[in-house]
Amino acid sequence: MEALSIQGTAKTPSVKFDGKEGVIEIKGRSIPENSIEFYKPLVEWLEKYSDSPMDLTQVNVQLEYFNTSSSKCILDVFKKLEAIHKGKSEVIINWYYEEDDEDMLEAGEDYESIIRVPFKMIEIVE
Amino acid sequence: MSFDINEYYSKLNGGDVLMAFKGSISSELISNVLEVVESRMDEYSESSKIRKKVYNVLVESLQNLYHHIEVLPDEMQKEFDDKFGILVVSRQDDRYKITTGNFIGQEKVDVLRNKIDKINSMSKDELKDMYKFILNHQRLSEKGGGGLGLVDIARKTGNRLDYTFDKYDDAYYFFNLDVFIDFT
Repeated sequence: MEALSIQGTAKTPSVKFDGKEGVIEIKGRSIPENSIEFYKPLVEWLEKYSDSPMDLTQVNVQLEYFNTSSSKCILDVFKKLEAIHKGKSEVIINWYYEEDDEDMLEAGEDYESIIRVPFKMIEIVE
Repeated sequence: MSFDINEYYSKLNGGDVLMAFKGSISSELISNVLEVVESRMDEYSESSKIRKKVYNVLVESLQNLYHHIEVLPDEMQKEFDDKFGILVVSRQDDRYKITTGNFIGQEKVDVLRNKIDKINSMSKDELKDMYKFILNHQRLSEKGGGGLGLVDIARKTGNRLDYTFDKYDDAYYFFNLDVFIDFT
C-alpha cells in the first residue's frame, strides 16, 4: 500500500504513514482553523491500512502545539488505530512531549484514558 | 449612553502591549498574530513553558473569535469590518493578559454567560472530565469548532475567565473576555 507523506506547514503537521514498515508519524504543529479537511486523508489511509495491517504498528506523535479543533481529529485517528489493535495486530502509540510541557503530557494521558491502545509517554530532553 | 467601542479599545493598554488589533478576524490575520507574538516573546526570553501556554491560549482565543463571530447587519457594517473582533495581548508584572472582544447577538448572551459561569465554578479535575467528555462525545461543527476552546483555556491557565457583556443596541452586545496566564 502506498505511503502517505505530507509536508508540514506553520499550521499543519508533517505526516509520514508507511504501511510497509508499519510506522506512522505525525510531527509539528496542528493548529488549523478547520482540521477536518487536513485529517480526512489520514483517517482514510488508516481505514485502508486496517484491511491488512503489519503485525506491529508503531505510532509516533510528536506535536509541539495542537488546537482543540485538531484534538477531535486526532481522536478519530486513534479510534482507527484502536480498531486495528482490537484485531490480531499490535499497535503502540508513542506520545512525545518536551520535558517542561506538562500540558502536552496531560493531553497524552487524556487520550490514553479514552483509547484502548497501549501508550508510551516519551519525554524529550534537550 | 450605549457602548463606545473606541473608548473601550483605548482603555485596553495596561502593561506592555505585545499586540493590539481591531478589525476583521481572518485565517491570515491569525497566522500573522501568532508569528508576531511568538517573536515578541522571544525578545523577552520567556521560558518555553510560558511561551507554550501563551501560544496555546492565544490560538484558542483567536479561533474562538474566528468560529463564533456574527455576521453584522448592514448598518453596523458601515462602522465595523466584516468579522469584526478585537485582540490585545499584554505582558504585566506577573502574568500575560489576552483580551478578545466581539459582538454577540442578544439571544446568545445567556447561553454563553451560563457556560462561562459553569466553567469558572469547576475544579481542575472537573474541567479535565468535562474536556474529555466533550472530546469523546461531541462532533466538530462544519467550520471546525468543537465547543472545547473555553474549557481548554480554563484548564491550561488554571484561572477564571473574566468577562463582560456590554449592551450595544437592542439586538447586540459586546462580549469582552480577559484570560490570564500567570508566570508561575
